[in-house]
This record gives sequence, C-alpha cells and structure tokens, in this order.
Amino acid sequence: MSFEEYKNLWVFVETEENKAKPVGYELMNPGRRLADKMGGKLVALVVGGKVENVAKKCIEYGADEAILVEGDEYYEYSTDAFAIAIETAVNKYKPAAVLIGATNNGRDVGPRVACDLKTGLTADCTGLDFDEEGANMIWTRPAFGGNLMAMIQCPDNRPQLGTVRPGVFKRPALTEGKEGTIVKEEIHVAADQIRIKIIERIREVAEAVNLQEAEIIVSGGRGCGGPAPYVEGGVIYELAQELGATVGASRAAVDSGWIAHAHQVGQTGKTVGPKIYFACGISGAIQHLAGIAGAQYVVAINKDPEAPIFAASDYAVVGDLFKVIPAMIEELKKMKNE
Amino acid sequence: MRILVCVKQVPDTTEIKIDPVKHTLIREGVPAIVNTFDAYALETAARIKDANPGTTITLLSMGPDQAKDALRECLAVGGDEAYLCSDRKFGGSDTLATSYILSTTIKEIENRDGKFDVIFAGKQAIDGDTGQVGPEMAAHLGIPQMTYASEVTIDGTNAIVKRESDEGYDMISVPMPCVITIVKPDFEPRYPTLMSKRKAKKAEIKLITFADLESIIDETQIGLKGSPTKVRKTFTPERQKNTVRIEGEEPAAEAAKLVNLLSAAHIL
Repeated sequence: MSFEEYKNLWVFVETEENKAKPVGYELMNPGRRLADKMGGKLVALVVGGKVENVAKKCIEYGADEAILVEGDEYYEYSTDAFAIAIETAVNKYKPAAVLIGATNNGRDVGPRVACDLKTGLTADCTGLDFDEEGANMIWTRPAFGGNLMAMIQCPDNRPQLGTVRPGVFKRPALTEGKEGTIVKEEIHVAADQIRIKIIERIREVAEAVNLQEAEIIVSGGRGCGGPAPYVEGGVIYELAQELGATVGASRAAVDSGWIAHAHQVGQTGKTVGPKIYFACGISGAIQHLAGIAGAQYVVAINKDPEAPIFAASDYAVVGDLFKVIPAMIEELKKMKNE
Repeated sequence: MRILVCVKQVPDTTEIKIDPVKHTLIREGVPAIVNTFDAYALETAARIKDANPGTTITLLSMGPDQAKDALRECLAVGGDEAYLCSDRKFGGSDTLATSYILSTTIKEIENRDGKFDVIFAGKQAIDGDTGQVGPEMAAHLGIPQMTYASEVTIDGTNAIVKRESDEGYDMISVPMPCVITIVKPDFEPRYPTLMSKRKAKKAEIKLITFADLESIIDETQIGLKGSPTKVRKTFTPERQKNTVRIEGEEPAAEAAKLVNLLSAAHIL
C-alpha cells in the first residue's frame, strides 16, 4: 500500500430524506483543523436523494470541496446502498482519513465499510488529532462505560476511519456564498443490491426526541418518583418547555416505566453533548456520567448532598426538585419579561 | 430454524473503580458478567424459539477459558449448545480481527452442523463500547445486517426488525441469513430455573482453537498483527469540575441564585 496516494481529510455527511444530520456540519470544524495540519484538502462526501444544497452548505461551513452522490436509492438509509457509495468513492479518490458521525446509521455503515476495505475504524471518538509527524490520526475515545479513555491509531492501513460522537464539536461559522468545487459522482446501486426493505417508519413522538442534537436537555431520574413530572404540568416537562429544551431521563426512570426509552441518556441510551444538561433527581451512576461527558455545562438538582452527580456538575443545587424547579421557571419567566 | 447468539464475558463496568493515586482502572474483584446487550440478544432469540418450535440456539463466545462461565449462564436461559473460541493466537485482536475470527469460527460450525438462519449479538459490549464486531461479522460473511434492533419476529424467509430511529422506530424486513444486533428491549431476560441451571452446569462446552480453523483461516488477519488499529495510550478522564454549590437556602432563593449565575455566565 503506497501511502502517498492517500490524501485529504474527508467528512462523510449523512443525510436522510434529503436532510443532513447536523453532526456532518459539526465535523467540518475538526475536519478543517486536521486537513490543515496534514496539508491536505477538507472534502465533504455527501450521499443522499437530492442533496446538492447540503453539499453547498458543507462548503460554506469550510469544506474545500464536496463529492456529491445522488440517487433515489439514497433517499432513505440502507446499509447496502450507503456502503457501496462510500466504498466506491473512497476507492476512486483515496482519502487519508474519513470522519463519520456516530449516529445509529453512521455506526452501522462505518464497520461495514471498514471491513470491506480491510482497514481500521475507531468507534465513537470524542477527540481527534494528528501525531507530530502529521501522518497518523490519533483517535481518542471512551471505553469501559466512560471510565477509561483510549488513544487509537491506524498506522499501517488506509484510509483511517473513525466515527465521531455528535455534539462534541461545535458547528463552525458559516460563510454564505463561499465558493468551492462540487464534484458530482455517478454511483448507482441496483434495487436488488439493497437487501432490506423498509416496511414502515413510525414517528412515535410528535416531535423528534433528538437528544443527540439538543442544545439544552432537562433530564429527570429516580428522584422524579413517577411519570407525572415528564408530562404537561410536571416539573421536568415545564422546565424543558420554558427553556426550549429536550426531555431526557436516567435509566432508573426508564426502567420504572415512567418515560419511553427514546428519552434515555447514558450508556444504554443516548450519549449527548448539549450546551447545558440539567440533571434533576439523578444520582449520577457512572454509565449516566459517561453519557453526558460531552455536555458543556452540567447543572444538577438533588436532595442528596452526597449525590455523585454533583462532582461532575458545574452547578450543584442541593434541594427538592419539586420545589426548586417551579421557582426556577418563575425566575426564568421574570428574566424573559425584563 | 438455527440461531446463533454471540456472547461476550465482560467486567461489570458498574463495579469498576478508579485508583485515585495511579489513575488506572481497578479490575481486581470486579465481577465478570454476560454483556448486558448479549443477554438481551439471547432473550430475543429465546422468544423466537418459543414462537417457532424446532428452533435451536447455539451460543458462541471468544475469550479465555473463564468465558465458559458466561456460556453456562446463557445455556441456563435459552441456549441449547455452546462453543468457546479460544487461542493465544487470538489475543490482542481489534474489532476487525475479532470479527474475522468469529466469522471463520461460524463457518466452521456451519460446516459441521449446517447454516444458521440468524446471527444475534448485542449492539455493543459494555467494556469496549465499539458496536463494530456485529456489522463487521456480517461483512466478513457477506450477509445483510440490521443494527439497533429492539424487537425481532420471523416471517417466512425474512426477519422483521423494529429498529430504533431518532423519531421513533422503523419496521424493516431483512432476508435471512443475516446478523442482527440488539438494543435494550421492552422486556427483561428470563431467569434460570434450578433444573436449567443444573443442566447447564453439566453441559459440554465445545472448544474451537486455531488448530480447528487452520485450513480456513488467514493467520495474517488475526491477533495484534492482524489488527489495523493499535491502542497507543489509555488514561482516566478528568471528571472533577470546579463545582459551584448552592445549598442550605430556601428553594426559591436557590433557584434565583442558580438562574442569576447561569445568566451572568452567559450560559442561559
């Protein structure tokens, strides 16, 4: 394998129903830094139904170039179609490294591609860098439920692949009208090459429980004592409403049947990276802390002054959430009116 | 129907503590358990077996001799037979090498006893947390994969999978044979009975070593040498924050203080 052939830093931008997953744009941020460090171009690989606008946006977010793969077969996600598109493009252009958003679909297609290309993939990274020589990526990722961080390299194979946790990197500033090359790549997948069939897509909730992309999350745990705080009129729901936040929950609350699994934050749920995470009545099991490691600020409200969540919080309120939260809502309303 | 369930024995990560001085994991005394998601995968398989008489469940684990304990636990809650794939040559394998060894072992078992219709695994192991071995196994075997499944039923030659999505879930039909990885479902794994425990204790665990695979395995693709990814360094994350504590006041006063602090710091 001649490494000289492998140039440039790629970001795979996942789309579904013609919309980009935000993590694709977020990755332009570390992507730009890494491409400059390696002395290559930042290239967005955009695969989808009709997604030229996504390719344009990638350029406005900092990509030098976008490779655009369009077709009806990419309108909805399938492992087979997306793996073929990525592998064909990679084999043709030979990137040195590819960043993939660690969404469910990214974590589905990533290993398929890595195995087909017989190269290394590092899962669910939270840190990205190059080694001193600028040759090999250093992928940093949590393991053992967040108890341990590992730095991984892929020195003898190309391309180097990694999935990157959503919410870890901030979306870069957008330069409207920025020019860049969009290369339209005709890669088509025959219907019989896609082996699965989507029977039905069910939206369980009126609005998406998109914890991974949420700016603010208000989460409730065992201290909520029942399902009432999560619905209209309840403290978790109302605080989330006031802040325009998404409602989350700890495993204890989900296991007790108080709220649907889609809301669960932590190792068995979603790993999140909001700007602010409100942990209300959550003791802070290590699995939960692992899930919120990407949060910029953590605010914890708990009756127990010894709750482990406090050590992982920026602001620790020792108090009864049923009394503190309504008072907070009042304060927030006051602030808004001023 | 023939179902295979892949099982990993893992340290119970809820019991892991950090050495406060050396900043390393304290592994001594940490109980070894069946990976939580693999237990869900087995229960999913057991439910299919309950609904489809004549179905058998084969268990497969890769690991040291100690992993037999995990296989016995699984034999007591739905498994019919168990294989342990174990060899010093397999040590140090990353996800690509591990999935290669497992898929080669699956081919060997299939050569002996016939093809599997569905291969189950957990969505990820709670120690490595990669979630890559399942899809990579599917790629090695050249069969379709379905990840993040919370429910699976069988309809003729297809598996009908409920797959998690951001807004809810998708119902997807995937032709068998296939690999399916399981998230936390709406049900809990069944408990063993005294009888099933006793039976599992006595059951034979079939061992597959490098020698058994020698004619079908490529030695350059296994172990440390066959692993494209290398661990350069591990460290314990810095989790201690400069926490601002608000306590000992009336709830309204605490709330006001918090909101003011958040607003002053431009967080809100």
